[in-house]
Amino acid sequence: MTAGDLQALSVTLRLAAVTTALLLLLGTPLAWWLARTRSRAAAWVDSAVALPLVLPPTVLGFYLLVWLGPQGAVGAALAALGLPALVFSFWGLVLASVISSLPFMVQPLRDAFAAVAPRLTEAAATLRASPLDVFFSVAVPLARRGFLSAITLTFAHTVGEFGVVLMVGGNIPGTTRVLSIAIYDHAESFNHGAAHTLAGGLVLTSFAALLVLNLTQRRRAADSASSA
Amino acid sequence: MIEARFALTQGSFALDVDLQLPASGVTVLFGPSGCGKTTLLRCLAGLQRPSQGRLVVAGQVWQDDGVFVPTHRRAVGLVFQEASLFPHLTVQGNLDYGLRRTPVADRRMALTEVVALLDIGGLLQRRPENLSGGERQRVAIARALAVSPQLLLMDEPLAALDARRKAEVLPVLERLAGALSIPIVYITHAVAEATRLADHLVLLNAGRVQAQGPLQAISAQLDGVLAHDEDAGVVLACTVAQRDSAWQLARLDFAGGGLWTRDAGHAVGQRVRVRVAARDVSLALAELPGTSISNQLPGVLERIAPDVQPSQALALVRVGESLLMARLTRRSADRLQLQPGLPVWVQVKSVALLS
Repeated sequence: MTAGDLQALSVTLRLAAVTTALLLLLGTPLAWWLARTRSRAAAWVDSAVALPLVLPPTVLGFYLLVWLGPQGAVGAALAALGLPALVFSFWGLVLASVISSLPFMVQPLRDAFAAVAPRLTEAAATLRASPLDVFFSVAVPLARRGFLSAITLTFAHTVGEFGVVLMVGGNIPGTTRVLSIAIYDHAESFNHGAAHTLAGGLVLTSFAALLVLNLTQRRRAADSASSA
Repeated sequence: MIEARFALTQGSFALDVDLQLPASGVTVLFGPSGCGKTTLLRCLAGLQRPSQGRLVVAGQVWQDDGVFVPTHRRAVGLVFQEASLFPHLTVQGNLDYGLRRTPVADRRMALTEVVALLDIGGLLQRRPENLSGGERQRVAIARALAVSPQLLLMDEPLAALDARRKAEVLPVLERLAGALSIPIVYITHAVAEATRLADHLVLLNAGRVQAQGPLQAISAQLDGVLAHDEDAGVVLACTVAQRDSAWQLARLDFAGGGLWTRDAGHAVGQRVRVRVAARDVSLALAELPGTSISNQLPGVLERIAPDVQPSQALALVRVGESLLMARLTRRSADRLQLQPGLPVWVQVKSVALLS
């Protein structure tokens, strides 16, 4: 691997870690609300959360570019406040990844929370646990498999993101140049050996991560089936 | 004294109750499914918020106009119909869950005491998934008691258990009722449970209170609800008056007379509760000579009520201050020309000791 490729790997891992951490903070309360609410607004929010699954990443990237650019609402506001622009920056990439990976965090968590029997959270309330306490002492431990899925999928999806990154981040080495873009560059310049190294590495590590996830889930399922 | 007044509407169902429940002993909420028992219980626990209501428990206002104490700030214990133990914690972890969240100043029951009372000392390291249904409910009761509640609520805790498990848990509940000084509100639609456990009975129907009062005082109104069951009968509070060691018999006196029964080892003066099933009671117009039945009591026929079977009827007979229930065929009732106010002799074939 070249120094540039190592730099791309570092940016990719940083981006995936920051995105996953932010989504864990933002997505968890959103997923809990979606799992518990009877509000009519939930269907609208659910649809909005799922949107990045069906839209081409370029659509998302295009709108982000428009909003974040110097003429865009967000970009102009940031400029007025004297803050650095988000387009073609690492934090712009983070924002784009948070939006495009949102369903990968929220949907597994929402389903895991929905599977926590209301009887158990009500029992916890009669055992003098406040709503926040119930969430951390009952809902989170019971949804741990959902957390494992959500974190793995979010991280892996962010690592694999291409379209949005290219639109919003461009290709600045050390700042916004991530692995998927490095591979694209190598392939464009007929440097197939380097492309193979990165692409093959991504295939292997992604598969390994998913395999570990699935093996854990299956073993847990088998455990609870045999002891029930 | 618990003061509970709730009004709420859910779709086509409306709950409208105004109750004064005793501050100790077991109050059984009895009624068919859909009558509002569980909704009423959820209102007591604060899990459901009625649009209008007032609830005062042990002098504390839990709900009133502009006041609603959330569930986690109420000193309430709740045992659900199905096991509601936390699957990610051991039995010990489940018991500690509520205990740790109960301020030390509020703790009135030591966990060791609760564990002994429910006889779960051997289960503490197990996981809920490795417990039988009966064990789970005993742990659930212990967990509810560990928070030192001022009010213990039980929502058909035996309903999900098979007959054998029921027989295992019911005596525990009876023991519990005797050992605790806090009021227990117990939901059931099983006559056997209601009569064995209740000190006070509330009959609910379609969201309204049909009758309420001490179990024995309310017996007369039971024909509409309780009697419609193969197990119809009455419960009598008795005192052991005499023991006959030669025949291994004991005389139990109740308000209205005495009943000879097998000596179960209770000391003279001890209070026991017996259940007299309607099918074990027959009627005669005069005291019968030459019968093997040793319990014959004079009484006055209060009224004849319809029974489950169209061929049968239930006769309610006042014996002193108590009521007994007799099951007879409608033909017999007709032949004896049974009328309210008629003096009759009640023959009791057997009684079941409840405690």
